Amino acid sequence: MMAPQDNVATLVSPASAGQPVTVMRYDGSTVIITARQSIPLAHKMAVVPIARGAAVLKYGEMIGEATEPIEPGAHVHVQNVFGTRGRRDGDGEGGAA
Amino acid sequence: MSFMGYIRPDGTVGVRNHVLVIPTVACVNRVATEVARQTGAVTMQHPYGCTFDTEENSLTEQVFASFGRHPNVGAALVISLGCETVAARRVAQEIAQSGKPVELLIVQGEGGAWKTVEKAVEKVRALQADLARQQREEFGLEHLVVAMECGGSDGFSGLSANPAVGVCADLVVSAGGTVYLSEIPEMVGAEQVLARRCADDDVRERLLRLVAQWERELSLMSPDGSGSYLAPGNIAGGLTTIAEKSLGCIKKAGTSPIVDVVEYGRRSSRRGLVIMDTPGFDLASVTGKVAGGAQIVLFTTGRGTPTGSPIAPVIKVASNSSVFERLQGDIDLNAGTIVDGVESIPEVGSRIFQHLLNVASGEKGRAEFWPTQEFALPNVSVLRKEIVCHSDYTLG
Repeated sequence: MMAPQDNVATLVSPASAGQPVTVMRYDGSTVIITARQSIPLAHKMAVVPIARGAAVLKYGEMIGEATEPIEPGAHVHVQNVFGTRGRRDGDGEGGAA
Repeated sequence: MSFMGYIRPDGTVGVRNHVLVIPTVACVNRVATEVARQTGAVTMQHPYGCTFDTEENSLTEQVFASFGRHPNVGAALVISLGCETVAARRVAQEIAQSGKPVELLIVQGEGGAWKTVEKAVEKVRALQADLARQQREEFGLEHLVVAMECGGSDGFSGLSANPAVGVCADLVVSAGGTVYLSEIPEMVGAEQVLARRCADDDVRERLLRLVAQWERELSLMSPDGSGSYLAPGNIAGGLTTIAEKSLGCIKKAGTSPIVDVVEYGRRSSRRGLVIMDTPGFDLASVTGKVAGGAQIVLFTTGRGTPTGSPIAPVIKVASNSSVFERLQGDIDLNAGTIVDGVESIPEVGSRIFQHLLNVASGEKGRAEFWPTQEFALPNVSVLRKEIVCHSDYTLG
């Protein structure tokens, strides 16, 4: 995990469904979370429950919004995260600066 | 803290002593390439013909002149066809103003391509013989401008290679040097982090305006309005949104205050961390920063890429050990040791810094072993026309 407030962790080795994953928090402490599905190398896994519409946080900053409730251990990627920036439809923060 | 470079008549310092052959229209690319092949001079492929608009034409002229004036170039030879819209004479004159030797040959006036090659090879060899007499001397980092770039990013780029290059960026700036960060589309979603670090309100305002402009323009470029402009390789590599990519991208600039924001290909008069307006297309972005005076490029990659520059060493830094091992011939350094738990970010950062000084002093980067190198310009007018075509959409 890249910052104290992050709700996702980046996998330094791929995980298969049901595999326990040791997550290193920003402060160096660890927690074990079971992967809910297989997650490729360098992809993200949720470390806490993320509600629909809630901000997905990495580096302590918002990278997008959850499009559905995300459980800890779930693969967090384009299938359940909506990028709010650079959009023509004006949703989210598009065009704001 | 120093490197061994070549002093130029205008006071700038080169890390290479190239003769650069500049073709001022795509029609004479073959001539320039043949001259380079026979002499070992460096050259680029002109990307355009004549029928493009005045704005792109003047940008092209400006970048060619900047490449000719660049401190890594000891002498230049301009090869013109004779009827093109880029003003070859003006390019040659601008290069001459920097005090270095420059020659101009016009293919239609020399009696064709082969006769031009013959004459050009003679001229380049004479220029090379003169340059060979110049020795490297020791200079402080206040003479060094380093460009930061990333291409083919993955989910590790923001965890390993970019923060390690960021440590190196801080070392360069604290030693009095200059660092360029660019690729404005890859600041969308991360601009507030950068804004907090701007040296004053004027720089902050210019940066935020630039990011907002790019965000609007790019939102028009995706046909479904999704605003998604991640490459397929980025997504396969674990990057989910542009904001995530941006937040990882900006890490390669380190933590110094941002002292200036400059236009594409322009040199900043300030030393320190400078932001340049370039597209996310890495070849055009590297070309812009080199045109702006960067003598050396640090290029992070997660997926791997061979990108170079005709006149500046481009040092590749891998974000993961797997790509470093698979693309040994293209990648100079491995920051994947950070995710492997073998090295810390500051350790890799100082290793990159040391290699940077070695390459600045003459050690060859992997990309320099190729006879031809990448050169690209941003399609300024294409983007603007796109906006005109889509003017029915609300801009912001």
